[in-house]
Amino acid sequence: MNWYAVRAIYGFEMARFWRTALQSIVAPVIATSLYFVVFGAAIGSRVASVDGVAYGAFIVPGLMMLSLLTQSIANASFGIYFPRFAGTIYEILSAPVSPLEIVLGYVGAAASKSILIGLIILATAALFVPLRIEHPFVMVLFLLLTAVTFSLFGFLIGLWADGFEKLQLVPLLIVTPLTFLGGSFYAIEMLPPFWRAVSLANPVVYLISGFRWSFFGTSDVGVGVSLTMALIFLILCLAGVTWIFRTGYRLKT
Amino acid sequence: MQPIIAIQNLSKVYASGLKALDGINLDIAEGEIFALLGPNGAGKTTLISIVCGIVTASAGRILAGGHDIARDYRQARRMIGLVPQELTTDAFETVWATTSFSRGLYGLKPDPAHIERVLRDLSLWEKRDARIMTLSGGMKRRVLIAKALSHEPRILFLDEPTAGVDVELRRDMWRLVRSLRDTGVTIILTTHYIDEAEEMADRIGVIRKGQIILVEEKAELMRKLGKKQMTLNLQEPLAALPPALARHDLTLKPGGQDLVYTYDTKGERTGITALLADLAAAGIRFRDLQTSQSSLEEIFVDLVKERA
Repeated sequence: MNWYAVRAIYGFEMARFWRTALQSIVAPVIATSLYFVVFGAAIGSRVASVDGVAYGAFIVPGLMMLSLLTQSIANASFGIYFPRFAGTIYEILSAPVSPLEIVLGYVGAAASKSILIGLIILATAALFVPLRIEHPFVMVLFLLLTAVTFSLFGFLIGLWADGFEKLQLVPLLIVTPLTFLGGSFYAIEMLPPFWRAVSLANPVVYLISGFRWSFFGTSDVGVGVSLTMALIFLILCLAGVTWIFRTGYRLKT
Repeated sequence: MQPIIAIQNLSKVYASGLKALDGINLDIAEGEIFALLGPNGAGKTTLISIVCGIVTASAGRILAGGHDIARDYRQARRMIGLVPQELTTDAFETVWATTSFSRGLYGLKPDPAHIERVLRDLSLWEKRDARIMTLSGGMKRRVLIAKALSHEPRILFLDEPTAGVDVELRRDMWRLVRSLRDTGVTIILTTHYIDEAEEMADRIGVIRKGQIILVEEKAELMRKLGKKQMTLNLQEPLAALPPALARHDLTLKPGGQDLVYTYDTKGERTGITALLADLAAAGIRFRDLQTSQSSLEEIFVDLVKERA
């Protein structure tokens, strides 16, 4: 293993994060605070508690997931797309590094950033609503699993995209709708039966449900099912990345 | 001696169907400066990109220091530094950060003293904390070289190192290349500037339409293909060549003042003594005499034209 290379890529990516701290840290905190003002205080005060959890607290796991998903994808896709766009990828391709080391560096950094942001959001939320975490280990497990999986997914998008438009396309048209329809702001059982069935085809439902279970012990689907779905998606992303490095698709001519 | 780079039957066909390289065989000896000359689109950059691992070969095999570049890519790549043709640098990072990054990428332990030496050698030390995007084009070129030298390569590829740089930087670059060679680094450079190859290279390869059409020691190449001319500036103009001089390859320049003698440097006898004797016998006196040798540029143009 070329650990110095993993460290170099990881350090390079994290330096980018701190350089744009205002955008990468302050923006999600402000966005989350806005959600709390709108959904928690304004609307939440008129909504009865869900499954015995005050509405303001109920939306916290969903909000964290929302940020975790979008930040993981955005960071990882931009991290690998930009060197391809600028041409600096030549150095990565000509260095004595294996695909695994490249992925560890880029995906590791993207996952670290989104976990950091997730924790900042959690801390911000704690200022607005009383929170409890019933299963902290499961919570950390979901946090890690989601961050890594969606950073891998973002890495795939960054390898696939051949323009800035495509880079935005998947997050905008697929991930954001899936997250909003995945029960960030409501429990699936609040939906009519037909839409409840449709929702079960949405992978994000399982992530949010499992994550919410780790906080409050209540969930839309069993936590075991949630974990299994998260693992399946992780394996799919790993397979995709492996295939790309095997074939050199979009990396080498 | 085992070549430090051995390229065997290398071919590359791009997805577009373009055949960029066609059965290249080339050995590079350790410690030499090898210049690869060729017109635009001849395959110079493709060849370098394949050796460095940026482009995959369609067929053939390459060994660097005895390591197969595909199978033992770690050992092979560790030895190689690449300075690409395009100014592809990071923008927001500092000179120090990007150079240290390259060293790490190649799996070497951080060594601030080495990075400092490299930056000082390239006159970048004062700019170490500057963001790369604030640097001039010439400075960015130096940064690319610093990145390549940060991991102490034994083989250095310079793809058009002096394209678009000013005279001063060009001189600096030549000096640097020579001092690197003195430490045992093998250098392969591509260039458009024939004078650069003429000035620096030990050996020269000419590539055309994806094929190596010639590899030769520079001195040998100049000797083999170089023609020498001697121009005699006469005291009295001649109306025509006297028949007494007909056996020599002479031309009289318009005006009759200059007599040009073309001879081959390959030959054992240049015929100069005989010519001078005949001139004296014919009573032709000259004021001045000068000789000139065809430059590499003329040789190169002839070569590429000949095979076109």
